[in-house]
Amino acid sequence: MNTSVSVKDLTLKFGAITVLDKLNLDIGDGEFLVLLGSSGCGKSTLLNCIAGLLEPTDGQIFIKNKNVTWEEPKDRGIGMVFQSYALYPQMTVEKNLSFGLRIAGMAKDEIDRRVARAAEILQIGPLLQRKPAALSGGQRQRVAIGRALVRDVDVFLFDEPLSNLDAKLRSELRVEIKRLHQNLKNTMIYVTHDQIEALTLADRIAIMRGGVIQQLDDPMTIYNEPKNLYVAGFIGSPAMNFFKGEITTAEGRPAFVTNGVTFMLDGYKAKGLLQPGTKAVLGLRPEHITVDGPEAGNTHQAVVEIEEPMGADNLIWLKHAGQSMSVRIGGSRRYRPGTQLRLSYDMGVASLFDAESELRI
Amino acid sequence: MERAAPRRRNSLFKNISAKIAAIPMAFTALVVFLGGTIWTVVYSFTNSKLLPRLNFVGFDQYTRLWSTPRWLVSVENLAIYGVLSLIFSLVIGFILAVAMDQKIRFENTFRTIFLYPFALSFIVTGLVWQWLLNPDLGVQHIVRSLGYTSFTFDPLYNADIVIYGVLIAGLWQGTGLIMVLMLAGLRGIDEEIWRAARVDGIPTWKTYVFIIIPMMRPVFVTTLVLIGSGIIKVYDLIVAQTGGGPGGASEVPAKYVYDLMFYSQNLGQGFAASTMMLVSVIVIVVPWAYFEFSGRKAR
Amino acid sequence: MTAISSTNTNLGTSTGAEPRGAKPKKAFSRRNIIIYGTLVVAAVYYILPLYVMIVTSLKGMPEIRLGNIFAPPVQITFEPWVKAWSQACTGLNCDGLSRGFWNSVIITVPSVIISIAVASLNGYMLANWRFKGADLFFTILIVGAFIPYQVMLYPMVIILRDLGVYGTLQGLIIVHTVFGMPILTLLFRNYFTALPEELFKAARVDGAGFWNIYFRIMLPISLPIFVVAMIIQITGIWNDFLFGVVFTKPDTYPMTVQLNNIVNSVQGVKEYNVNMAATLITGLVPLIVYFVSGKLFVRGIAAGAVKG
Repeated sequence: MNTSVSVKDLTLKFGAITVLDKLNLDIGDGEFLVLLGSSGCGKSTLLNCIAGLLEPTDGQIFIKNKNVTWEEPKDRGIGMVFQSYALYPQMTVEKNLSFGLRIAGMAKDEIDRRVARAAEILQIGPLLQRKPAALSGGQRQRVAIGRALVRDVDVFLFDEPLSNLDAKLRSELRVEIKRLHQNLKNTMIYVTHDQIEALTLADRIAIMRGGVIQQLDDPMTIYNEPKNLYVAGFIGSPAMNFFKGEITTAEGRPAFVTNGVTFMLDGYKAKGLLQPGTKAVLGLRPEHITVDGPEAGNTHQAVVEIEEPMGADNLIWLKHAGQSMSVRIGGSRRYRPGTQLRLSYDMGVASLFDAESELRI
Repeated sequence: MERAAPRRRNSLFKNISAKIAAIPMAFTALVVFLGGTIWTVVYSFTNSKLLPRLNFVGFDQYTRLWSTPRWLVSVENLAIYGVLSLIFSLVIGFILAVAMDQKIRFENTFRTIFLYPFALSFIVTGLVWQWLLNPDLGVQHIVRSLGYTSFTFDPLYNADIVIYGVLIAGLWQGTGLIMVLMLAGLRGIDEEIWRAARVDGIPTWKTYVFIIIPMMRPVFVTTLVLIGSGIIKVYDLIVAQTGGGPGGASEVPAKYVYDLMFYSQNLGQGFAASTMMLVSVIVIVVPWAYFEFSGRKAR
Repeated sequence: MTAISSTNTNLGTSTGAEPRGAKPKKAFSRRNIIIYGTLVVAAVYYILPLYVMIVTSLKGMPEIRLGNIFAPPVQITFEPWVKAWSQACTGLNCDGLSRGFWNSVIITVPSVIISIAVASLNGYMLANWRFKGADLFFTILIVGAFIPYQVMLYPMVIILRDLGVYGTLQGLIIVHTVFGMPILTLLFRNYFTALPEELFKAARVDGAGFWNIYFRIMLPISLPIFVVAMIIQITGIWNDFLFGVVFTKPDTYPMTVQLNNIVNSVQGVKEYNVNMAATLITGLVPLIVYFVSGKLFVRGIAAGAVKG
């Protein structure tokens, strides 16, 4: 795969604060990459560096194999969509789309052609003569995307483009952005703090924390095989259940024990050796726990404390191995508080982390 | 119906403390502002001299006012001073604000320097510039002592240009405020607008002209009204800097009003002149209020 | 486009200077020269008068006659300051500016306190205890802020005369309270309106009334806005000339009026050093307020101006 955007040893410091620390990232041609993290993790900073809106302290940025570290944003071959849309309020939609092109001195019929194409792709043709104030949030966001579209660039940058919209519009526009990517096949870099957006849109997700990429993988790998405790806890809602304990051996096979409760690790795909005596954290996603399944192998008894029916699913909170844990089951299965039930686990999708290094074992 | 009566009595005594506390405000609004204004307008149609008398003479005072050379000079001065002051305040204030907004070093120092004259009274301002523009002492003297002996810059002693001398002082006192307001306006603009313009490749000055200034329209309008209503009140500055001279060449309406009321004992003239000042304020403020409120509804 | 960018790449590699890190900037770029040049030129215009005054007020008269007003004093003397304070003459007497200074203090202190007390109550009432008609008063007040003082000057004289306080300190306090009311009321109303309404409701549920809520809840959490109001009023009242000259008698003239009389009515030789010292002394109080309050001063005028 050809690289489209390449970030080499990128460091950015504001005074004594290091926002990005020797960051390396290669993004393939036509790839949809999502930068995901909580606020202050450096994801927007990284995007602004790629756009040329922030100057790095050190390191280089390549777009289409050209070193653009010192280039102006307009010369980098990028288009950008902002969280607040950043539409020019006193100009009509059409003027908003064409303003940059007119400043660049482009021929009028070429401008018209591009605006017409963007309007068609985004279905904003009827809105062209309106001003931004007369548009809904979703329409404004479309115009903002259109402004990137008319630039006819290879790389699209999205800075939390959907976070100012309500939940329903957000999921609608999410689908549209995915459709846009499938049709245009441009490289897209997308910053968000919303893991649903990340999981649904991305070819690959880069999870960031403290200016460092924690894990760069496709969504399923990130979900099923988080590289460390932070990623495991960050992805997934409700969050993964964690048990602190240590690796041991039971019946001659590797196992994990916490508060006197033993989990057999049969089927766990360990990266290295499961050294008995290692302090470790076992992570089990609520949806990877089976309730009242077949009575075979690794099963425990527990009592339901709270039930949270959520329509499609039903979330059950119970006390197990001395701590609170959640289990997700089908919405039609109800368990009243106080009910005794049987838990079984699929260790093939469980996660085990070294308690000290917090890395996956 | 039976219930209505006690409720009505209650409503009068409801919030009685609040109503007592509002007495000074009611007095100010109704008696001084509303009553005083009406009183002055009414008495401007009388021939009051030393004391106010209700002896109506129609528009006599106004006819006399508009045929008095001193008043005509005052109005002309105010017009020149007003227009130039508006233009220069806005232009200088905006340019300084833009310069201040470039993430410069020593921003606080510059702001302190630009704004301190605003803390000073017009009396102090007028006196300072009276000396700086004094040909035997200030700028002219210095330039001449550098060898340019024919250099002449004596606005305060030249009836033709004295109002520009006042303008220099007025701008010195007031532009800092305009700069601060403009800077607040610039800082209030979404940072992402700037980023979007940079990605679009729009040069900085074009971003200002085509995007930022149109977005700052409300700030411009506010400062315009502010400067405008300030200009009409100009009085202390003239008293301190020129005393209206030379030869009455720097008279302004506010001074005309004061002099006729409290020196010449010609109250009717004073009332007519102050009513004209009121009219000119209305001419400025009413269109602004109209735009401001009709604009807000549209939004 | 492609052609240009490829040559750029070639250019980059052939010269061997691979861009890395922040783009190097010239300290003396054209842009910086223009920006700082503009600011420095403007700064000189603003600071020069103050400099001239300070310098001249420290010179003796012979030096002023000979030299240029921008030159620093050869021999520093504080005599002009002493003279301005205690000996400078107005037409009537020769006991210096000190009389005007104390008059101004006597005028400013109660005027500031009373005008702020009244206006804060107005604001509180308008924010939390609105009754029918209250908004009408407020509208008149705000519209009235634009009416030239000259229009209301003579009616005010009559009102004060009827109250028997024309020409007295009490009269001037009333004048400052009345004419400071629009801006201050607006300031307090906006501040109190922005406070969470739940606070007021909770206090009412707890049984507190108009005055209790004002003194026990609102006052303690509103100190910043009181400071802003004080800055506006202290500078405004100290700098006032018009009301001073209309509503006081020569004995009780505030400092600005006395300063103008000293400087503009002296016969014979003008003692520039004394005059400038006197001017500086008069400007000192608002300048100190300005330098001490810093950001709050800016906030005060911005609050007053933008909302007004």
